Amino acid sequence: MAAVVDIDALSAQLGVNWSEVNLDSIQLPPGNNFGIESDDEAVYHDDQSEFDTGFGNIIVVDHLPVVPKEKFEKLEGVLKKIYNQLGVIKENGLWMPVDPDTKMTLGYCFIEFNTPQETELDCLTMVVYILRVCFNVWGSLQEAQNAKEKSHGYKLDKTHIFAVNMFDDFDRLMNVREEWEPPQARPYVPGENLQKWLTDEKARDQLVIRSGPDTEVYWNDARQKKPEPVHKRPYWTESYVQWSPLGTYLVTLHKQGAAVWGGADTFTRLMRYQHSMVKLVDFSPGERYLVTYHSQEPSNPRDASKVEIKVFDVRTGRMMRDFKGSADEFSIGGPGGVAGASWPVFRWAGGKDDKYFAKLSKNTISVYETETFSLIDKKSMKVDNVVDICWSPTDSILSLFVPEQGGGNQPAKVALVQIPSKVELRQKNLFSVSDCKMYWQSSGEYLAVKVDRYTKTKKSTYSGFELFRIKERDIPIEVLELDNKNDKIIAFAWEPKGHRFAVIHGDQPRPDVSFYSMKTAQNTGRVSKLATLKAKQANALFWSPTGKYIILAGLKGFNGQLEFFNVDELETMATAEHFMATDIEWDPTGRYVATAVTSVHEMENGFTIWSFNGNLVYRILKDHFFQLAWRPRPPSFLTAEKEEEIAKNLKKYSKKYEAEDQDVSLLLSEQDREKRRALKEEWEKWVMQWKSLHEEEKLERQDLRDGEVSDVEEDEYEAKEVEFEDLIDVTEEIVQESM
Amino acid sequence: MTMECVNPEGLRLDARQLCMHISCMLNLAQIQNSSHQTLETRMTPILMKGHERPLTFLRYNRDGDLLFSCAKDHTPTLWLAHNGERLGTYRGHNGAVSCCDVSRDSSRLITGSADQTAKLWDVKSGKQLFTFNFGSSARSVDFSVGDHLAVITTDHFMGVSSAIHVKRIAEDPQDQVGDSVLVLQSPDGKKKINRAVWGPLNQTIVSGGEDTVIRIWDTETGKLLKQSDVEVGHKEAITSLCKAADDSHFLTGSHDKTAKLWDMRSLTLIKSYTTVVPVNAVAMSPLLNHVVLGGGQDASAVTTTDHRAGKFEAKFYDTILEEEIGGVKGHFGPINALAFNPDGKSFSSGGEDGYVRLHHFDSNYFNIKI
Repeated sequence: MAAVVDIDALSAQLGVNWSEVNLDSIQLPPGNNFGIESDDEAVYHDDQSEFDTGFGNIIVVDHLPVVPKEKFEKLEGVLKKIYNQLGVIKENGLWMPVDPDTKMTLGYCFIEFNTPQETELDCLTMVVYILRVCFNVWGSLQEAQNAKEKSHGYKLDKTHIFAVNMFDDFDRLMNVREEWEPPQARPYVPGENLQKWLTDEKARDQLVIRSGPDTEVYWNDARQKKPEPVHKRPYWTESYVQWSPLGTYLVTLHKQGAAVWGGADTFTRLMRYQHSMVKLVDFSPGERYLVTYHSQEPSNPRDASKVEIKVFDVRTGRMMRDFKGSADEFSIGGPGGVAGASWPVFRWAGGKDDKYFAKLSKNTISVYETETFSLIDKKSMKVDNVVDICWSPTDSILSLFVPEQGGGNQPAKVALVQIPSKVELRQKNLFSVSDCKMYWQSSGEYLAVKVDRYTKTKKSTYSGFELFRIKERDIPIEVLELDNKNDKIIAFAWEPKGHRFAVIHGDQPRPDVSFYSMKTAQNTGRVSKLATLKAKQANALFWSPTGKYIILAGLKGFNGQLEFFNVDELETMATAEHFMATDIEWDPTGRYVATAVTSVHEMENGFTIWSFNGNLVYRILKDHFFQLAWRPRPPSFLTAEKEEEIAKNLKKYSKKYEAEDQDVSLLLSEQDREKRRALKEEWEKWVMQWKSLHEEEKLERQDLRDGEVSDVEEDEYEAKEVEFEDLIDVTEEIVQESM
Repeated sequence: MTMECVNPEGLRLDARQLCMHISCMLNLAQIQNSSHQTLETRMTPILMKGHERPLTFLRYNRDGDLLFSCAKDHTPTLWLAHNGERLGTYRGHNGAVSCCDVSRDSSRLITGSADQTAKLWDVKSGKQLFTFNFGSSARSVDFSVGDHLAVITTDHFMGVSSAIHVKRIAEDPQDQVGDSVLVLQSPDGKKKINRAVWGPLNQTIVSGGEDTVIRIWDTETGKLLKQSDVEVGHKEAITSLCKAADDSHFLTGSHDKTAKLWDMRSLTLIKSYTTVVPVNAVAMSPLLNHVVLGGGQDASAVTTTDHRAGKFEAKFYDTILEEEIGGVKGHFGPINALAFNPDGKSFSSGGEDGYVRLHHFDSNYFNIKI
C-alpha cells in the first residue's frame, strides 16, 4: 500500500495524471528499449547487445586551453557558464583532470548532465522507474546529446575550438582502425517489381475484398467466370485496407501503425509507418507520401479531441512532418462547436508531382509544399469563414467557397486561387445562397458548383449550377438551371475525362435523370442538354472510368436497381437488380463493374461482377462482407493519337482476343462436360450399389412386412393414362407488376 | 385406395371454404432457371389454410392420395393430395405437433407433440388408439418397415435428457403397451434430437439434431455404430432428415445453410448443397434427380419489410451436379416442411405463415435441362 501511496503522491507532485497517461503512446527513445523486449522481429534483429553503460549523460569536451592551477577556477567558471545554457550540470558534474606533476589541466573535461528531480527519484518501484525513464533519464540523455551537438565546434578563441563527444562514444572511436579500408561493395539486389501485376498475360484486374477476418486479393477472371485467388491472409489488417492511387501498394492498418504491401508475385511487406492507434490513412495522388491520422477522445467530453497526423515518405518510410493539436485546428468547427476533423484533413493538389497539400481550419487555409514541408511563404491564407476547399484534380488551383455573412449583406463567394502564387484567378459572388458544392471534372477542365438558393420566402431552397471553364481564357462562368428549377438535385457526376455530366433531379421515388454536355457539335461554347430520362429508380450515378457508359443505380431505398446506360447512343443497354446492393465500383479499365452488399445488412452479403453492358458475369456470396476495392492502374503511357489509332483498328487487334476467348470457352465447356460425366458416373455407381443391396434384402423385407410381396408399385396396379382437356373459360388481364 | 374419410369430430364447414383454391388470385409460383434462360414454368399452387400456427411437418401416404400436416396448433390435419380438400383433423393433442408418420396401408397415424405424448390414430375415423406418455416433448416419429415398430425422439426437459425410444406397435390396438423396447441416449443430453428414422431392414436408426452430428445406432444392441465426420459434417444444428424410398440414402438439412446427402449404410457423404439461408426442411424427388431445400431467415430475425429479403423459397437443386435449378416462391415466412408426392408429380410445402402450398408440376418442369 505504501508503495501505491508513494506513487500517487509522487505523480501528484510531478503533475502527472495517470488517467491521462496512455501507456500505448509512450514512445521509447530510438535505439533504447529499456529492457522491454519488442515482439517486432525487425527491431529485435537490430538489437545488437546494446546496453546502458550509465554514462549516457556524460560528454567529453576536448581542445580546452591548458591552464595552470591559478586559472583553473576561471576556466571552470567559463565552462559552467557555457554548458549551463544547454542543460543542467549535475552537482560536481564538471570534472577537469589535472596533471599531478605539472598541476596543469590536460585540456579536456567531463561534464555530467542531469535534471534536478533525478536525485529525489531513486529507489522507487518499477512504475516510477518507467516514469523516470520517460521523463528524466531520457531528458538528461537528450540534454547531453543536445549539449554535444550545440557546443561541438564552439570557438572559445582562435586556437581553442571545442571538440565534444559523448563519453559512451569513446570506446567506439578508440577502436577505429588506423588504416582506411575501402567499404565492400554489396552485390546489387534487385528490388521487388512493384508493377508486376500490370503485366498479367490475360490483362486482368485485381480486387481486394474483406470478409470476416480474411482479407483476400483476387484476379477478376471474367473468362473463367470466377475470381482467381492471389493472396489470402486472415487478420491482415485491424480496420480496413486501401490501395494507393496508382495501385502500387496496399496499405493495412494496425495498432502500431500502417504498413504497405506489394511486390511481384505475392504481397510482401514493403514498409511500415509507426503511428500508434492509426485510424485513417491517405495517399498523395502520386503515391509519394502517406498521411496517417490518429485522434484521441478527450477524457473530458467538453474538450476537443486530440489529433495527431503524420506525413511519411512512402518509399523510405521516413516521417516528413507531424502535426499535433486539438481537433479544432484541423476543422472549421461546426455551428454547435461539435465537429471532428473531416477526412482527408490534408487535401493534395492534383497532378502526379505531389507538390502541395492544403488544410482547412477556421478562417484559414494552410497550404504546405512538400519540398520543405512548410507553409508556402511561411504563412497561411486568411479567408474569413471559408467552409470548403477543393483542388483541381490536375493543376495546383484551389477552389474555395465562403458562405453568406451578415444576414446576406455580404454575398457568398466561390473563388479560384492559383498556388503557390495565391493569386485569385476568378471569383463569383452569389446571393441568397444556402449551400454550395463543388465538383471538379477529372481532367481539371471544368468546375461545376451546385448552388442551393433560398426562394424569396426563404422557406425552401432550389438549386442551380455555376459552370467554370478553367482552360479557357478568363475562365468564363455559365449559369445552368434545370428545366424545372424547383427540382431537388439528388446526385451529380462528371463524365471522367469527358465533357458531359449527369444529374439526378426531381422528387423521390421516381426522379428524372438528365445528361448535359459542355460542348456539343453545334454549341461548343455553351452547355446544352442532351436528354432527360423520366421517372428512373435511381439515386446514385456511377460513370465508367472511361466515360461513355454510366450506371444509374437505386441503392438502399431502391433495393439495388441497376440501369446500364450508353450516353453516346442515349440508350439503355440493360437493366438488372442486385438486391440490397450498397456499393458499386467500376474496375479501373471500365470493362467490369462490381456491385456489393456489405455487412450493413446481415443478409446476402457478397458481390456480383457485371460486364460494362450489364451482363452478369459471376456472383460470390460471403458472410460478413466488409469491403471491396479494385486495384487502381497508373495512367496509360499511350498518347492520345496512339489510342485513337488502336480504337480505329480495333478489329485487327480484337481478333486475337476473340480467338482466345473462344478457346477458353471451349475448354471450359469441355471441362464442364467432363466434370458432369464423372459426377454422373459416380452417381450411377451409387445407384447400382443401392439397387443391388435393395434386391438382396428383398426377402428379409418381405418378412418384416408379414409376407407382403413387393416393394414395386407398378406391379400392383395397372396404370392407365387418360387425358382430356376442357376449356372452361379464358380471361386476359394485364397485370401491373407491383413495385 | 378409396377415400371415405370422415372425421366425426371434424369441422362441418364446407371444404371449399377451407381450401382456398386460388388460381384466380394470380398468385403464380414460378420455377425459374437460375442461369437466366427463359425456361419458366408457371404452376398454380393450391393454397391450403387449415392451420392457425406455423406448419412443422408434412407427410404423404404411400399411395400419394393423402397428405398429413402437422403444425404448432394442436390438430394434425388430413388433406386430399390432389386438390387440397380438407378431410378432417385429429383432435386430442394438447400442444404443438412436431411430426407424424403414416403406416404403409394408410390405416394408422402416429404423431409426436410438445404435450409430452405421442399418439396413435385410426386414420379413417380419426379416433385416438393409444397414447405414449413421456417426460418431455416428442420431437419426431417414424414407423419401421412392416409398421411393427416406431422410433420416437424426445427432448431434454427438467433433468430428463433427450433420448430415442423404440416402441412396439401392436397389430390390435387393444394389445398396445407403452413400454419402450429400446432407449438410446444421445451423448449430449442437452441437445435436441430433431429427427430419427429407421435404416434398411430396421437394423439401424439414423438420428440427427442440434449437436450437428449424424449417428447410426444398432437397433439390436443399442450401440452407436457410426457418427458423421466433424470435418465434412454439418456445422450447425441439423433441422431435418429425409430418406430415400428404398432406404439407401438420406438427405439432411442444417442451419449451416447446407443440405447433405449421405449413404445410409456407410454414412459416406455423397453430395452437399449450399444455399444462402438456414435450411429447415428437405425433400428428394422420387422421380427426378432433384432435391428441394426450404428454409429462410429465422422468423425472429426478419426485420426487413421486403419478402424477397427473407428468401422464403423452396430451392430446387440437381442431385448429381449440386447446382441450383430454380426456386418456388410464395410463402410469407420461412418454410418449415417439405414433402414430395410419392409419384414425384407434385410437392407441398408448409410455412411459418400457417399455409400449406400444394404444387402440381406442369410439363415444363419435367423438361428442365441444365
